[in-house]
Amino acid sequence: MTREELQAALTELQSSLTFEEGGEWLNINAPAENFHELALKLRHTSGLYFDYLFCQTCVDWKTHLTMVYHLTSMTHRHNIVVKIKLDRNNPEVTTVCDIWRTAEFHEREVYELFGVNFLNHPDLRKLILPDDWIGYPLRKDYDDPVNMIKL
Amino acid sequence: MFEEVASTEQGDLVINIGPQHPATHGVLHLVITLNGETVKKVEPHLGYIHRSIEKMCESLSYRQFIYVTSRMDYLSSHINNHGCAMLVEKALQIEIPSRAQYIRVIMDELTRLASHQLWWGAMAMDIGALTPFFLAFREREMITDIMEETCGARLTMNYMVPGGIMYDIHPDFCKKVKEFIKHFRSKIDEYDELLTGNIIFQNRMKGIGILSKEDAISYGCSGPTARASGVSCDVRKIYPYEIYDQLKFDEVLATEGDSFARYQVRLVEMHQSMNIIEQLIDNIPEGEIQAKTKAVLKLPKGEFYTRIETARGEFGIYIVSEGGTTPYRIKFRSPGFSNLSALDHIVRGHKIGDMVAIMGTLDLVIPDIDR
Repeated sequence: MTREELQAALTELQSSLTFEEGGEWLNINAPAENFHELALKLRHTSGLYFDYLFCQTCVDWKTHLTMVYHLTSMTHRHNIVVKIKLDRNNPEVTTVCDIWRTAEFHEREVYELFGVNFLNHPDLRKLILPDDWIGYPLRKDYDDPVNMIKL
Repeated sequence: MFEEVASTEQGDLVINIGPQHPATHGVLHLVITLNGETVKKVEPHLGYIHRSIEKMCESLSYRQFIYVTSRMDYLSSHINNHGCAMLVEKALQIEIPSRAQYIRVIMDELTRLASHQLWWGAMAMDIGALTPFFLAFREREMITDIMEETCGARLTMNYMVPGGIMYDIHPDFCKKVKEFIKHFRSKIDEYDELLTGNIIFQNRMKGIGILSKEDAISYGCSGPTARASGVSCDVRKIYPYEIYDQLKFDEVLATEGDSFARYQVRLVEMHQSMNIIEQLIDNIPEGEIQAKTKAVLKLPKGEFYTRIETARGEFGIYIVSEGGTTPYRIKFRSPGFSNLSALDHIVRGHKIGDMVAIMGTLDLVIPDIDR
């Protein structure tokens, strides 16, 4: 599908979605509420069929956090980027690891580095950092006088 | 953590492999729940070589951050650099000279060959065959010599700059590459004779560690690991970059999804890489090796994503730019991270000896996973 067709199809799916101008792929802003339902629709709606979550990460904007999901369809070869704005003090979003299983590891990484709480995640523990680590290293205000690598 | 790990239930045995263990090819720590010799569960613990490269890159300029990626997947260091350079070029709309494009692609394929050679040797060693390791290093040495002559380094080449390549190729480069291809074409048959047709080897590989097409997609697998399960995911074919759309080569696919399929896909890929190099080596155009770029690069405000096919799969670079001289946020989507996440699913129900063999065919590079 082309960008315009995708935009039309997605608006039909959920009318509360907003779209960003520019960018290589269609950028979609979705609300955190009911995201799991939207994700299920993205995965299973014929014509869209976004079956491959190739990148899942988070960006700290100092005022809020944004979860970024890069999705592609292995059948139709189209890509979208879904963004979800989260409250920085209490970031919470439902897990998608039951839809795309690669998300299990990606979400554990985001959980420890950004402090995002993924609801219904089967095994939300630290993956990379030691178990007793305090703080979220990839947030912008993180400062560790001992371990910080400054170049 | 370890107290919890040591507890057993219903006669299950929990053992640790790594972080210091030759079978994990680096500092990967696996906590394995065993019932007899059968694997019930594998839990990877990462982070022993985590350097927080993403955080580091936030304070590096767009010329500098490219070279940190050499330290991630060190066997595809050249391809990682290439991806980062392409992202900067895409964001700044820099057209690079065709001579640089040709050399980049030849170097990429040489890197892929060297990486697959090392994988072949190391994978055979995991299974218990020691000779292939020495044979693979014998041929790999020729590539590292070629790299050393032109790039000045054998492993972390750092040969890419935004806009082209750092230096022109060594005068002997084309001659030596052709010599190597001729030599390796005869040697790769030796690889087949030694290992591929070996019945003991086949019994260890066939029907072991089956990853279905749906699971490969769901787990975000890429590269030869996914292609062995029938997922068409070669970035060079689907989203061609540089001059790959003008080249004749096949995307290597298999349908079985077992260890042997993963093994064969990589072996055939070596032939394909040699085909690509042969198409280019005599036709490198004369001219500039670098486009003119500003001394200080500033990416426009926005978000950029580039993907490239490394020896292990799809390497993605996601940059959020605020318009300054350093990235606001950078994310490396490393192929090994996603491929590893499928490990637990693949090995359940297999014997512990087969688990090591399956890990060998996934071709994990730990610094790439930890970042």
